[in-house]
Amino acid sequence: MSTPPEHPEPARAAAGGDSAATDDRQHSAPELHAEAAELAEPLGAGGAARPDRPGRPDTSAVPADAPAAERIPVRKTYKLYVGGAFPRSESGRCYPVTGSGGAHLANAALASRKDARDAVVAARSAFSGWAGRTAYNRGQILYRAAEMMEGRRAQFAAEVTDADGVDARRADALVSAAIDRWVYYAGWPDKIAQVLGAANPVSGPYFNLSRPEPTGVVAILAPPMAPLLGLVSVVAPVIATGNTAVVVASERAPLPAVTLAEVLATSDLPGGVVNILTGRAGELAPHLASHADVDGLDLTGADPGTAAELERSAAQTLKRVLRPGGGEDWLADPGTSRMTPFLETKTVWHPIGA
Amino acid sequence: MERQADGIFEYAPAPESRAVVRLRPAYELFIDGEFVPAKSGEHMTTANPADEEPLAQVSVAGETDVDRAVTAARRAFEGVWGAMSGAERGKYLFRIARILQERARELAVLETLDNGKPIKETRDVDLPLVAAHFFYHAGWADKLDHAGMGPAPRPVGVAAQVIPWNFPLLMLAWKIAPALAAGNTVVLKPAETTPLSALVFAEICQEAELPPGVVNIVTGAGETGRALVGHPGADKVAFTGSTAVGREIARTVAGTGKRLTLELGGKGANIVYDDAALDQAVEGIVSGIFFNQGHVCCAGSRLLVQESAAEELLARLRARIERLRLGDPLDKNTDIGAINSAEQLERIRELARAGAEEGAESWSPDCPLPERGHWFPPTVFTGVTQAHRIAREEIFGPVLSVLTFRTPEEAVAKANNTPYGLSAGVWTEKGSRMLWTAERLRAGVIWSNTFNKFDPASPFGGYKESGYGREGGRHGLEAYLVHAA
Repeated sequence: MSTPPEHPEPARAAAGGDSAATDDRQHSAPELHAEAAELAEPLGAGGAARPDRPGRPDTSAVPADAPAAERIPVRKTYKLYVGGAFPRSESGRCYPVTGSGGAHLANAALASRKDARDAVVAARSAFSGWAGRTAYNRGQILYRAAEMMEGRRAQFAAEVTDADGVDARRADALVSAAIDRWVYYAGWPDKIAQVLGAANPVSGPYFNLSRPEPTGVVAILAPPMAPLLGLVSVVAPVIATGNTAVVVASERAPLPAVTLAEVLATSDLPGGVVNILTGRAGELAPHLASHADVDGLDLTGADPGTAAELERSAAQTLKRVLRPGGGEDWLADPGTSRMTPFLETKTVWHPIGA
Repeated sequence: MERQADGIFEYAPAPESRAVVRLRPAYELFIDGEFVPAKSGEHMTTANPADEEPLAQVSVAGETDVDRAVTAARRAFEGVWGAMSGAERGKYLFRIARILQERARELAVLETLDNGKPIKETRDVDLPLVAAHFFYHAGWADKLDHAGMGPAPRPVGVAAQVIPWNFPLLMLAWKIAPALAAGNTVVLKPAETTPLSALVFAEICQEAELPPGVVNIVTGAGETGRALVGHPGADKVAFTGSTAVGREIARTVAGTGKRLTLELGGKGANIVYDDAALDQAVEGIVSGIFFNQGHVCCAGSRLLVQESAAEELLARLRARIERLRLGDPLDKNTDIGAINSAEQLERIRELARAGAEEGAESWSPDCPLPERGHWFPPTVFTGVTQAHRIAREEIFGPVLSVLTFRTPEEAVAKANNTPYGLSAGVWTEKGSRMLWTAERLRAGVIWSNTFNKFDPASPFGGYKESGYGREGGRHGLEAYLVHAA
């Protein structure tokens, strides 16, 4: 397929609304960018990329009172999110994404190994800055992500419905839970060290203090069957504690992940802290599992048949591995169990003396 | 002046008596509470590295023997040990701690004979810490609800534990004490070259009337270790040793669902700023690299000294190293003992040769080496660059690589420029600089204005390729407990 030349970060601008933004403001933003040429991309052919969805809000829909024929909706191009920018795959590839009913929804970027490497570089570059932020600041940024999601509830609900065929009530509950998960983790950065740290009573005149520190760059295979709530549930705990992440979104339903990237891009989250790849987990995961600059591997979304092989690859560089649990209840209280696997304990000694 | 003083006050030999140790000619495996012959029928000899004299014959456990040990541990876990209250388990650990204290001198001498490390270290460091480890963990056994893992955390099950030769009995204590306190049973394999103190520990388990099968000791080399960590009956694997073997174990365990903790190699940076108290720093540098002949995973093997202080510090360091006494490990005045094995000595020699060939400058004090046994003089390389093998690879011997830096940022960048991340040292009189540096060092243990300090209450373990999991403190219990949720 032919790919037009790269446009400068259109979707970042597209997501520029604040929490008070109305749907109108949000979808008016893309119009500020000359992306019209992209309507000629393959997803436009046939004009059925997004099926009619009467009776519920749709950010891409025209106002109900306007005659449909007079307004051609502006569609979104779903791209990768790497280093704070929204590039296409360097490979120029994309793949069709279909909804639960089999209808074509959009094309998503089909990330390559090179894109994965670029994402690791971005995550590594962002690590010391993000880990070095005050815990309070990280918490505020995570809360900001909740605010940004709240402003896009309808869009997320539509994407969840498209992906999973759930009814509006269920979609709404899943989006609410995803937003609330950001709020939950927004409160953790300035508490986790108090919960997991310790003043150790050693037998001698020494000050001895242990505290948790982030592991580094964590590659995450997001759960394929929970494209929004599952995604937020695996990403938020990893970055709350100061890690940076390279995330492989649900291969089957990647669109909510790209929209989440737009939320993160407008939440003061520094570029590179979260990098989201869409594409084939089978192609990307082995590369991330063996990548020497990846420190941790979350296999929550790994295919059970390949998880053991990925864990074996990860052993070569002694990555911290969170094994797939299976049967996660994403609506349950998450506790600390998704933060602790990607924390190191540092213990500092100093003599005491006058 | 000082040389003259040495001439006047020469040390007389002060050997510790070997009589306190009653070596048996041969040791069998300790399985299900009894010493039993290995079904493999194989034996190996363990020798004193200081004179290469054989000490005893030790069984080599084969797959069948490992299987028997794991089965015994499983039976004990599902039976007596699993059913026992934490308070009662704790009492066994207290008993063991007491017997360790009573037999401390015997064990210190035995450890020195088998390992080659100086008696002053086994007597004053290893054994006190061994007993302290059992005391500390004994008290946890009935307080696990408060260990931060939710109410009523459960033990993992049968722990397969493999330990190295550099601190044989202390590493055993680090492995067995938390495992038992948390309610697990264990099969432990001591190192091939230092099995004896673990076998005396087995006698102590009998003396304490620890229920059979709770602790099992299988001796042997790499094959025995492989059989143990690969045994399907093990629920948890704990390993301390080289990063290369750690990778192999991580691969073996992958996909099995077994829990794993690894405490592996290191290339610790010891950073000395120009405002440091230099004499104290010199003592810390010496203890950082020459403690236990440098056979320490957390050794401060890379000295990073601020350029403006380098000349003066190195002069004082050399003067101090000239005072170190190398020789008979049983002599109470000995600072540097024997290298544990011919194999390890060759590894040290090979890296030292590489250091010289790559252009670093080697210095050792005038230090006669005993004719028999495995010995390597304390050695300092200056003019080392980050690309040199002696700056990148773990030597595990009394060899210090000296690099310099100008700014704190450079010190931190150089210190972190390694795949390892176990320990680091910081020497400065300025508190804010110490904390700034400690915060940026990617290592699990930071000693500031001190080095090589250990305590059962203090978590120990690495970042990056130095492994994962912690030993000691509340954090160390996590490896042996399953969250209630």
